[in-house]
Amino acid sequence: MSDPRISRRGLLAGGAVTAAGALAACAPDQAVPAAAPRPARAVPASGGSAVEPFDGAHQAGIATMPQAYGVFVGLDLLPGTDREALGRMMRLLTDDARRLTQGRPALADTEPELALLPARLTVTFGFGPGLFAAAGLADRRPKTVAPLPAFTIDRLKKEWSGGDLLLQICADDALTLAHALRMVVKDARSFARVRWTQRGFRRAAGTHAAEQTQRNVMGQLDGTVNLSPGTPEFDRAVWVREGPSWLHGGTTLVLRRIRAEMETWDAVDRVAKEFTVGRRLDNGAPLTGRDEHDEADFTRLNAIGFPVISEQAHIRRAHVADPGMRILRRVYNYDEGLTPDGRADSGLLFASYQADIARQFIPIQRRLDEADLLNEWTTPIGSAVFAIPPGCSPGGWIGDTLLT
Amino acid sequence: MAIERRPAAACRLPGQKRGITMSVRRITPAGILVAAVVALAGCGSQSTVAPAAAPATPAPTATSAAPALTITDPWVKTAKKGMSAAFGTLVNNTDAEVTVVSAASSLSPKVELHEVVESAGKMVMRPKEGGIVIPPKGTHRLQPGGDHIMLMGVTEAVRPGAEIPFTLTFKDGGTLEFTAVGKDFAGGQENYQPGTDPEGHEGMDMGESHG
Repeated sequence: MSDPRISRRGLLAGGAVTAAGALAACAPDQAVPAAAPRPARAVPASGGSAVEPFDGAHQAGIATMPQAYGVFVGLDLLPGTDREALGRMMRLLTDDARRLTQGRPALADTEPELALLPARLTVTFGFGPGLFAAAGLADRRPKTVAPLPAFTIDRLKKEWSGGDLLLQICADDALTLAHALRMVVKDARSFARVRWTQRGFRRAAGTHAAEQTQRNVMGQLDGTVNLSPGTPEFDRAVWVREGPSWLHGGTTLVLRRIRAEMETWDAVDRVAKEFTVGRRLDNGAPLTGRDEHDEADFTRLNAIGFPVISEQAHIRRAHVADPGMRILRRVYNYDEGLTPDGRADSGLLFASYQADIARQFIPIQRRLDEADLLNEWTTPIGSAVFAIPPGCSPGGWIGDTLLT
Repeated sequence: MAIERRPAAACRLPGQKRGITMSVRRITPAGILVAAVVALAGCGSQSTVAPAAAPATPAPTATSAAPALTITDPWVKTAKKGMSAAFGTLVNNTDAEVTVVSAASSLSPKVELHEVVESAGKMVMRPKEGGIVIPPKGTHRLQPGGDHIMLMGVTEAVRPGAEIPFTLTFKDGGTLEFTAVGKDFAGGQENYQPGTDPEGHEGMDMGESHG
């Protein structure tokens, strides 16, 4: 049963790689402890000492089974941060990441004890359009690593958009994450200023089985269908194999901040909520099926001749038939507190990874932009695009294929 | 930072050899800072031993292949000018004591081996008499608040991520060459620079942004 549906901002299906189980724990080319072809769980469900590999063909934090907490930081390079300076910066940041993710203090770590429980920490770096210009390497920027075309549903805010450099830090423990963020940013700030910080969360590690699909703040199962690390479809859809050679083995990230309009969503009855998405709320089954992973039948009509799954239902609009053309959704919920009258500021950090933004992400986004019932209750308020360089060898550093 | 800008003689506390007054904040005794640099295996460190010149043979009991002394995690505090300091963990690979008697770097014409000690209720930084002794098969940490390689009158900025070459010379004439990476670090400022300078001396300019 492979429902090739792809969620638009993942509000529905954005969840995860959970179906992939433990294969998600490591990039395919990285060392997998006790590697079995399809282990049920290669990574401890929880535990502060659990380690994700750092060195490898791909950066960690993409094929990695999503950790409970994530923070995305967008930075703007300071004037004068040129190619040489970028090399120094990325050597420093790589060294921090390599040590911290392995449960070792950073060099000159001011709180070394906080580094000793990595809790599957990953640190992932991305290069925004401005970095290529600063480095004098505009010709090596993939064409679609640029602001997305405007969509009618967008209500983008500058404070959640853009950025020259991305830090993506994820861990199963919030204190570990806070320390890693602090240490890495301390080494970045001689070169760049923080533009935005976006924090997100998923179910805490161990709350339910890792394979189980997550729910988002709107209550929907989010991530029923997603690419599974370790499969040919995943590799084809996520890792760059064409275009500028420096990016081969890397990927691209589109990070969209999507606000959930919880007040109006509250006013929608359950039947209408399910009709909007095309799935049941209780178990995530398509309206044409019984179980979550039943394949949606987009051709089935109801008694009066209308499609059971609406022409404008989210899962129909987001559907991608070719698995190799899908996007990897690795999303985090956000909840930034309440207004004085008790309204939530919550939604989804929709992190979409794909080899080619123009070929994979944009067509889906266009279909959703044209007609998706869910648009009524979700609003994109932030958008940023980054090239995610490939991983590096133990003696290398992230970005060395571009900046050396 | 740091060392107060007074005529050299004025840096000395009464009854002290060549001590330099450091922060008197008891908030940062040397012991607390021990943790600041945790010795870690090799990542990023570079170390080689240049065989000693003819007469002096390094590390009598060392095998010919193994360097007598190595350093792990060497780093140097960023600075625009003035003073800086380098840190790391010295590792003695031999069965005999190794004594480092001097340090040099192209970064500064004046590089000294310093220690931080308490004297008359104050933490003072001063040249380490007799050099730094690394016990057989032992390690010795150079760290903020403890022994360190002190650079006076840095001639060009130490930028973050820069690789700065150093040479340590042993008592027996052997040497260790390595590069230390420039690292922004606030602690050194606190450590060497009194937070308040009653006489209004200009502090050393360290740890500021200069990508």
